[in-house]
Formats: sequence, structure tokens, C-alpha cells
Amino acid sequence: MEFSEIFLEGLGTLTLNKTRTGLAILGIVIGIGSVIALVSLGQATQQTVQNQIQALGSNLLTISPGAINQGGVRGAAGGRTNLTLDDADAISSSPEITTIKNISPELSRRTQVITGGSNTNTQVVGAVPAYAEVHKVSIASGNFISQKDMDAVTKNAVVGPQVVSDLFGDGANPLGQSIRINKQTFTIVGVTTSKGGTGFLNQDDIIFVPLSTAQKQLFGANYLSSIALEAKSSDIMTDAQNEVGYFLLSRHKLSDPSEADFSIVSQQDIINTASATTGTFTSLLAGIAAISLLVGGIGIMNIMLITVTERTREIGLRKALGAKKKIITTQFLTESVILTFTGGIIGALFGIITSYIISRITGFPFVISGSSILLAFAVSGGIGILFGWYPAHKAANLEPIEALRYE
Amino acid sequence: MSTKPIIQTNHLSKIYKTDLLETVALSDITFEINRGEFVAIMGPSGSGKSTLMHILGALDQPTNGEYVLDGEKVEKLTDDELADIRNRKIGFIFQAYNLLPRTTAIRNVILPMIYAGIPKEEREDKAKKYLAMVGLENRNEYTSNQLSGGQQQRVAIARALVMNPSILLADEPTGNIASVQAEEIMTIFQNLNDEGHTIVMITHEPDIARHSTRIIKIKDGKIHEDYINHKQRRIKFKT
Repeated sequence: MEFSEIFLEGLGTLTLNKTRTGLAILGIVIGIGSVIALVSLGQATQQTVQNQIQALGSNLLTISPGAINQGGVRGAAGGRTNLTLDDADAISSSPEITTIKNISPELSRRTQVITGGSNTNTQVVGAVPAYAEVHKVSIASGNFISQKDMDAVTKNAVVGPQVVSDLFGDGANPLGQSIRINKQTFTIVGVTTSKGGTGFLNQDDIIFVPLSTAQKQLFGANYLSSIALEAKSSDIMTDAQNEVGYFLLSRHKLSDPSEADFSIVSQQDIINTASATTGTFTSLLAGIAAISLLVGGIGIMNIMLITVTERTREIGLRKALGAKKKIITTQFLTESVILTFTGGIIGALFGIITSYIISRITGFPFVISGSSILLAFAVSGGIGILFGWYPAHKAANLEPIEALRYE
Repeated sequence: MSTKPIIQTNHLSKIYKTDLLETVALSDITFEINRGEFVAIMGPSGSGKSTLMHILGALDQPTNGEYVLDGEKVEKLTDDELADIRNRKIGFIFQAYNLLPRTTAIRNVILPMIYAGIPKEEREDKAKKYLAMVGLENRNEYTSNQLSGGQQQRVAIARALVMNPSILLADEPTGNIASVQAEEIMTIFQNLNDEGHTIVMITHEPDIARHSTRIIKIKDGKIHEDYINHKQRRIKFKT
């Protein structure tokens, strides 16, 4: 008996009782739909976080000072003051360093900022002109910190759009306005474009001042809080990390990397960590959705068992007419796979529509991976076989006499 | 045509065992049926005639004894081998017709041919031919609930014949049918018998049994009587 005939016959049988077929499919629709929608939500979150990290700059390496360790007590990382502008200059001028394109020494602190009647607490970054290049900062109006500002130690400031709306209100033009940072008056010379991001990734709630001004006048510190480096390409991130690491070790007269008084983190490390976190989150969501899929599968098994009981006489007749076990098994398995597969297709559509709606509401990117759809089909087909197996096996092993006698 | 009997049973017995008791349904059944016979197997309920019919129909296997159907030993076979024998050698006609529900007459007749792996084009033609033979040429696309009892039984007869089986095995074929239609069925049986078909019919009605050429009476699991029906009732009209 050709499979196409078994398939058509199964399809015919299933369309006879549309309500029941529909309800049986519904379980799978919800199961597959929620798997696809939730995985898509997870992946959208993952991509959002990655985009935000990417927005910090590309091929980015960040050197931070190490922790202050005294008498075995380990202090907070970044507490040391041993990272200096000389380090940064040495890296940029050394012929040994071949992997770095741009270098941005930085000194940043959270500070209260005041203007007229309003004030805010924000991140104030002492930056050099290269900062914009390294961190992909672009200017909406005015200019970024220039070399002139550096040389003349000017009190010019460049502010993020969040700061503008916090201090001056939405849509205000702050160019030329004065703000007070640490009791010193700065003039706003530029506003950056919005980069989005939230929490510690917020790149809009920030004020840039010349690094020289920050070190000499604002914070009175001759050290740096970090040095950001842009590697020449993403392929050589590890090489760049090693090159700069060993260069700094020798500059700091240290021989063993375990004694390093600084740390170098590549942007990729951060992305990997964030990806691992959001990946776990995605798996968790998928796991929850899988439970509904399992329940849907049990629903299919239930319906198929009822079908087998109802059609006992039919099975007996088919066997009397010469149907072999394999044919009966195939017949019932085909029916259950048709059920689950149809459910899978409808569920996939349902899931895609749901995640599209979610993306429209939340502003997350709309991410549907082909693999999750393929997986949904494979899983729904697999569920048909898995949960259809027992009813089909039961049908195939009915004794024809018993089955024919069944009323 | 070989002169060998089409059905040969040798000391058939069937014993149902439970933990507590043994029930002998059939014991020491030995008989032969030759090609072209129209045999009625009679007996009251509980006599073992249904058990015998199940064994003859390869739906069940005997506990002891031998059963040869058209030269093939039907014993110690797997379920699938039995299915194959039923498909090729036996045409079943049941009391309750047992057509597939909500399925057209032609699809019902095609079913055994599907299991036999007969090519698609051939199946349709054959099914139409056999439906015409039982006088249902205009009912090919009717589903079973659109047909009368007699018509349904005629579809079942077409289905039984379509594989050109060694025997037609009818279990109370007129049990559910009004008597006029029962006569029609018996006419078809006699016509088929005249064409050379071997028919084995189980019935408890003497009125029906008298249409056959030979009557075997079963009582308490044994053959009680076995005689040629010299007073066979011939029906004159044709369907």
C-alpha cells in the first residue's frame, strides 16, 4: 500500500470530525507557537543586548587598573591609580605595538551637575578627541572635544541627549549654555547623538570634558580610570590583548602576568558573557514552552487512543481483509503525525505573528531564526510519532476476531 | 482445475483455557469441501460454528489438528502471514456488512486490492466490474449510509469477490436483512456458485440454509450431520 494513499485516507478520516481534530491540534499549536514566540523573544533580547554592547565601539579593548591588594585583603578592581597618561602615550608611540588603531585614555567619575534650577547626577568623562572614534560617538550639534581643548585645558563640555533633557528639558538647544560640574563652570560646545542603551550601558547619560581639564582641574588626579583601545580588526583581538598586556607588564616592571596591576577586557568577552546570560534566559523560556508542547502531545495521544477504541471494528475489518500490522501502524501513526504537523505549521505561524506583535510593542528587533522553525517542525513531527506510537501499536495488535465482535 | 478439495480439515480442535477451566469449543472436526460446493454450516448458538468459521477464515488458529486451504497449510503462522492468506484466499461476508463508514462503495471494494498491492488503474476497473456484477453499477459513489441493508451486503459481496478468492466465507449473511432482500442475496450466491465459486455460509436459519448444496450441522463442537442437500431451493429470478 502506497504511503500517499494512507496519507489521503488519514486526511479524510481526520476531516470527518473537525471539532475533535481542531481541539487535538490546538494543543500542538499552542505548544509550538509558544516555543517559537518565546525563543524569538529570548533571541531578540540577546540581540538587543549585543547591539548595545556593540554600540560602545567596535574591536574594543579596555584596560582597567587592577585592585588594591593590601595584606591579603583584595580591594575592588579599578581601585589602583597606576594607569597613567604616560602608559597611554607609550602604547600609542611604541613601534612594538602594531595591532592598535586608536587609543583613548579616559578618566571618569559620577558627579553632580548643576544648571540654573535643575541638577542631575551623571557620568563625567575626561576624554581625548580619539574617544569619539574608539567609542563610535557621533555629534548631533556642535563639536566633540578637540586637541585644542586638550592643549588649552578649556572648560568646554560635550553632553549626551539624556543630560540635555534632564537639565534643559526635551528638545532644548543647550549649545553655549553653562553647567556647573564640581563647582566649576563649563560651556556646552556639543551634543552627541542618541545611542540608546539602558542601565550601565546607557551612552546618552554622559558628559565629556577634555581629559587634561578633568585631570588637572576637575578631579585633581594624574591617573586614568581606563584606557580604551581600538584594534585594527576583529580577528586580531586576542593578539592585541596579548601585545598590549605584555607591553604594559614590562612598562610596569612586572614579569609574571599573574602579578599584573591592570586587566584587559575585550568587548568580545563582554558580549560572550552577556550572550551566555541571555542564552540561559532563552533556554529557560524554551523549556517552559516545551512543557506546553508536552501537554499538547499527551492530548494527541489521548485523542488517538479514543480513535483506536472507536474504530476497533474498522481495524478488525481491515485485518480480515488482509491489512498487515505494519499498514495499521502506519495508518494510525500517519494520522497522528498529520495532526501534530498541521499543529506545528499553524503554531509556527501563530508564534511568528505573536513575536512580531511583541517586537512592535517592545521595540525589540523581530528575530525569527530558521533553525527554531525547522526545530518546531521536527519536534511536532516527532511528537506525532512519539505519542502516536502507543495507540498505533495498540491498534495493530488487536485480534481481528475480538475487533470484529466489538460493539 | 485440480480435483483436490479446497478445504481440508483434519481432527481440528479448539480449546479455550483460562486459569480455572478449559472450554472445548471444537473437537475432532474432519471434513473436506470441494471446489464448487455451496455449503451451509448450521448450528445453534454456542455450538462452535463461529469458532469454526474463524478458523476457516484464518482469523484464528486451531489448538490441534490440521487445516489446508487451497493447498496451503494454515497453522503456526504469524499474524501477517494469516493476513496475507485472508487477503488472497478468502472473501468475507459478514452479518453486519462491515463496510467502512462514510466511505463510498467503490472505495470499500478497492480496499482489499490496496492491501494486495494491485496497481491503481487496475483497481478502479475491477471494482466497477464487480459492483456491476452485484447490480450496483449506479451506486459506485454512494456511501454506506446512503445504501439499504441489502445494497450494503451486495457491496460487501463485491468486496469479497474482487480478489478472486478460493472461498467465499459468509457469516449469517442475511441476518440483518429483510427477507425479500435476503432472497436477492441468496440468488447472487447461487449464481456465483453456478459460475464455480466455492461458498461456505454460516447460518442458523433453515430457510437460508436450504439454498445450499450441502449442509453441515454442528452441535457441541462436533460435526453432528453432514449431507448433500438434494432438495436445494433454486431461485428463478435474476437480479
